[in-house]
Amino acid sequence: MTMRQGLAGGLVLVLALMAPLAIQSDFWLGFLITILLFAAMGMAWNILGGYAGQFSFGHAAFFGTGAYATSVLHIALGLNPWLGLLVAAAAGGTMGLLIGYLSFRYGLRGSYFALITLAFAEVLRILANTAGFTGGGVGLYLPLNIGVANMQFAGKAGYYYVALGLALASILIAWRLERSRLGAWLAAIRENEDAARALGVDTFACKLAAIGISGAMTGVGGWFYAHYYLYIDPEIAYGPGVSVEILLVAIVGGLGTVLGPLLGSVALHAAGELAQRLMGDTPGLNLIFYGVLLVVMVRLMPDGLAGLVRRWMRPAGGTQRA
Amino acid sequence: MLEVNAVTKSFGGLAAVAAASLRVAEGGIVALIGPNGAGKTTLFAAISGFVAPDNGQILFNGAAITGLAPHLICRRGIVRTFQIVQPFGGLTVRENIVVGAHLRHAGRRKALMRAEEVARRVGLGELLDRPASALTVAGRKRLELARALATAPRLLLLDEVMAGLNPAEIDEIVRIIRDIRASGVTVFLIEHVMQAVVSLADYVYVLNQGEIIAQGSVSEIAAMPNVIEAYLGHGAAARMTTGAAGAVQ
Repeated sequence: MTMRQGLAGGLVLVLALMAPLAIQSDFWLGFLITILLFAAMGMAWNILGGYAGQFSFGHAAFFGTGAYATSVLHIALGLNPWLGLLVAAAAGGTMGLLIGYLSFRYGLRGSYFALITLAFAEVLRILANTAGFTGGGVGLYLPLNIGVANMQFAGKAGYYYVALGLALASILIAWRLERSRLGAWLAAIRENEDAARALGVDTFACKLAAIGISGAMTGVGGWFYAHYYLYIDPEIAYGPGVSVEILLVAIVGGLGTVLGPLLGSVALHAAGELAQRLMGDTPGLNLIFYGVLLVVMVRLMPDGLAGLVRRWMRPAGGTQRA
Repeated sequence: MLEVNAVTKSFGGLAAVAAASLRVAEGGIVALIGPNGAGKTTLFAAISGFVAPDNGQILFNGAAITGLAPHLICRRGIVRTFQIVQPFGGLTVRENIVVGAHLRHAGRRKALMRAEEVARRVGLGELLDRPASALTVAGRKRLELARALATAPRLLLLDEVMAGLNPAEIDEIVRIIRDIRASGVTVFLIEHVMQAVVSLADYVYVLNQGEIIAQGSVSEIAAMPNVIEAYLGHGAAARMTTGAAGAVQ
């Protein structure tokens, strides 16, 4: 990290910490919270999709499992929401290991892996719809009980800081991973799996680690969602909407970069908000918008916004990674 | 050091390798030669764990490694390169070599140091920050070699590292391979460039249609009629001897 990058990062952090003082509007704070939440989950997706090159279309499986784990235990046993964070991470991570074991064990790659993750999320959605303890199609309402100990805040500022903490933690995890042995091995698997095996990389174990970490981080995203909105149902938790939004954030931002998902989340949600203002609240409009955006990004800007920023900052064409 | 005992591997009824046996002694350079399609690469793939032999046994330092996964074989000290180079195209030269270096060094700092050291050894020291995809053919061959060396192997399997290189580049790789052997690594190589085989190999095995048809020193091999026939066709050896006799007369 250069001096200039460090200063820029510090400045952004100070601005981010002061944002709730300047922004009084609940709407705009909520907007920022969504951006931060999806940035954190986009980074989780990026560990599996961007670094390890395994595209998942079913991250809702981890999001929903984290959300249901903390909600069900909170309602049934009065589990403290802050402890629920750990439970959600463990639940999301376990679901990741389970799906990873079943898919990687049988060598599923590329579009086959993408499809199987989508299928797992759909199966979980249907199970959540039928099971009793998930509240079925009606969903689960978490009891209102305002207090910091209960992770319920009177205004949006409290939630904003929790979401900011999640995003920062995710950046830290991605940054550490990029400079670790696992990071180097995941990049090798993404580029050429056979060559990686020849160099002693246990590709199965590495991919399992990636999906486990990614699942745990996404489970934490589900934990935040449940305690923020105090309501979840099978469609929200396990529906394809959340899966697509998570992967779009990472792809739009830039695969395999630390800050890409943050840029992606800002751009995606700003553009989404703008589209809604211009064209009204037609149901399904956002999905059409996401689809078009995905095609445009993959065709015209495969290295995402982070690639654009990199080219813009180093016009000479240096090869150092951001 | 390496012992291959009657290894057989068939693909759909066609025996790519048929009961092949060979030994590679520690500290030497052994070559495996033979015409195209003889099964050389399949034999390498069996030794390095990429294909499981149907029959036979492979021993490394006395322990059976038959059918082990590639990464486990690599951990024991056998590393292969690929005939068709397989660079991690989206990564830099440095990042490519670090992947291999991490096998013995968990820490990033040590792995980076090791990668730079290996890069200098094979002449890639100036190109560390280039993307691997921007390298020339000769550069990619060296990268293949560097990544393998970074895993600190005891036995290096080189699959045609000289194919497609010009004579000056071949001389350079020959020098690097000698240097690798001098550092205590045993080398087992598949090669079509005979100039390199002649100047490097202590011992040569000839594989034809999956079977080892000859073995010996380079000069012994070159005189064997069945080796000449394997390369030039049935009756070639006889024609060559009569031709030589005619020339003398």
